[in-house]
Amino acid sequence: MTLKPNTELLRVEDLHKQYGDNEVLKGVSLTASSGDVISIIGSSGSGKSTWLRCINFLELPTSGKIIVAGEEVKMLPGSKDALKVADPRQLQKIRTRLSMVFQHFNLWGHMTVLQNVIEAPIHVLGLSRKEAMERAERYLERVGVWKFRDTYPAHMSGGQQQRVAIARALAMEPEALLFDEPTSALDPELVGEVLKVMRSIAEEGRTMLVVTHEMGFAREVSNHVIFVHQGRVEERGNPREVLTRPNSERLQQFLSGNLK
Amino acid sequence: MDWFDLNVISGSLPEFWRGLWVTLQLTIISLAIGFALAIPLSIARVSSNPWVSRPVSAYTYFFRGTPMLVQLLLIYYGIGQSEWVQQQWETGNSFWLLFRDAYFCALLAFTLNTCAYQLEMFAGAIRNIPLGEVEAAEAMGMTRYTSLCRIVLPSALRRAIPPLSNEVILMLQGSAIASAVTLVDLTGAARNVYSRHYAPFEAFIFAGLLYLAVTFVLVGLFRFAESHWLAHLQPRSASAKKD
Amino acid sequence: MDALIEYSPSLLAGAWITLQVALLSLILAVASGLLGAACKLSRIAPLRWWTALYTTVVRGVPDLVMMLLFFYGGQVILNAISDHLEWEMIELNAFAAGVLTIGFIFGAYFTETFRGAFQAVPAGQMEAGRAYGMNGWQVFWRILFPQMLRYALPGIGNNWLVLLKSTAIVSMIGLADMTWLADQAGRSTHQPFTFYMAVCVLYLAMTAVSNHVLQRLQRRYNVGVREAKV
Repeated sequence: MTLKPNTELLRVEDLHKQYGDNEVLKGVSLTASSGDVISIIGSSGSGKSTWLRCINFLELPTSGKIIVAGEEVKMLPGSKDALKVADPRQLQKIRTRLSMVFQHFNLWGHMTVLQNVIEAPIHVLGLSRKEAMERAERYLERVGVWKFRDTYPAHMSGGQQQRVAIARALAMEPEALLFDEPTSALDPELVGEVLKVMRSIAEEGRTMLVVTHEMGFAREVSNHVIFVHQGRVEERGNPREVLTRPNSERLQQFLSGNLK
Repeated sequence: MDWFDLNVISGSLPEFWRGLWVTLQLTIISLAIGFALAIPLSIARVSSNPWVSRPVSAYTYFFRGTPMLVQLLLIYYGIGQSEWVQQQWETGNSFWLLFRDAYFCALLAFTLNTCAYQLEMFAGAIRNIPLGEVEAAEAMGMTRYTSLCRIVLPSALRRAIPPLSNEVILMLQGSAIASAVTLVDLTGAARNVYSRHYAPFEAFIFAGLLYLAVTFVLVGLFRFAESHWLAHLQPRSASAKKD
Repeated sequence: MDALIEYSPSLLAGAWITLQVALLSLILAVASGLLGAACKLSRIAPLRWWTALYTTVVRGVPDLVMMLLFFYGGQVILNAISDHLEWEMIELNAFAAGVLTIGFIFGAYFTETFRGAFQAVPAGQMEAGRAYGMNGWQVFWRILFPQMLRYALPGIGNNWLVLLKSTAIVSMIGLADMTWLADQAGRSTHQPFTFYMAVCVLYLAMTAVSNHVLQRLQRRYNVGVREAKV
């Protein structure tokens, strides 16, 4: 968090992704500066999750550029549908700077909460155990699950697991956090606790990219919202304007709940 | 006539102990070496490269599809007594001398057999690892090697404990065929006692009880291992319910 | 190769013995398994205890030890009986001892298979049968048993494949199965490797045929069942 506000952190240029004949992303772009909270909204199947997953290369894009803090990820032509990462080392480094929080938490089942959080700081960032423990304590406290540190994920509620997953992402001290529908797999009564944590870390000035169905979060927390429809950006801008006075007909339908 | 003469057993106790010791050696050594080989081979087994996975799957197909007794005979009599190997002894190639040794051949057959079963168990557990957990490791910037050592294998090996405990017990029982190649393991000792005293009940029931006792100890050890390493799979305790 | 051709009729006769031992033991094992499962699920406690003892002992004692006990111990008992009745000595044959032992051992495994399968049939199925006026026997035979069989089929297949391979140990009590005959042929031709390899190939062929049949059976019995796709 040493970066000055308004420094460009992440730029995605003209990203395409296709599976066979099905083009899921038809050229999407975005720029995130430090401190930005960007919500990506859209109906299911619009390509919004694929977009996020392309940003840290869990899906390989068909074409396009991704630039993280001024450093472009070098890509080579691969198969018909996907580029290839030129330098796996560069990719691993980039990934430590963009931490991902998944829809299904994806905590490592055989590790306790504490082990989940210290794992990557020790074995990827190369921190000492002591430093990693300090980070783990700080962030687990921060999201309110420190008391579960010796519990296994399967023994916790979905909301608690997702908060652990957020602490795990924070412990990497990344430049930006990527959230892939973080509340979609939760029982309705557990959504609130996760949104509360996300709101509070947004208020700390962290850079966040959030794929979400939660319109309340998009409106109140983010400073920029992107509406994706059929693989294209249909509308973007300040959430208070875009969500209250949408220009596009599609977004109007989406907001009134008629676009599934 | 006397159906069950305890004197037969007490008179041959040292023989039974020596046999039991051989049985334990054969079982433990072959299981341990088989385990060590099964881990890298299970990774090869799940490889998407057919040049890597096919040979491994041919190996397990053969060793899991044929009886261990025939495998043992194939190695001891088939290889050890073949003319070609006998010529190797004469030219003083000491490696092939090993195949003249029944103990070595039994260890080799048992190891190859248990390794085939263990590696398929591990491969199954690796295939069943939740995809999201591997994706999370990738997204955290782990290399494939780190993810394999820290996430995939620890998770898969833990989940393989219950089938592994079954395999350990089957190996203990399976090692009884060692007496087919002149080794005096526990079954071999029982056969000797039988033929000396013509006392089948004493010899084989006592041997059976010893096998049963070892099995109980093994089952207990694995219960302990499961409660220790599989805690994360056990049903959630009442105290950690939803908040 | 010539030796293999020369001995192939004998080896195939041995394969036939192996198959006979396997199939007869299978019948015995399935019968004991059904009986054992009935006892394990019975309301009568001593029946449950005896079957628990049976399955535990079989799991904990090697099949070879059990076979030697049946073969040599059975002979001692037969001798005692024939002495007592002043008959001529009856010789226990290796074939019978082999089938009895393997049937007895796998009866324990089938007990567990059938017990699990019976328990897997939802209670509502039987209730529905009773609600339509079926009697106890009809509910068992028309509702419970066919559904149980579907749950048991994968276990039955697995037990059969293990059973088939465990028949090799009958050669150790002198029954002329294919392993024993390969041993003989290997000794007289000084080519043991060839003959043991031939036995392996025969076992692999039997396994392959079994797998094929089992898959077809499974498909037939899974009619009306939707499986989760992975």
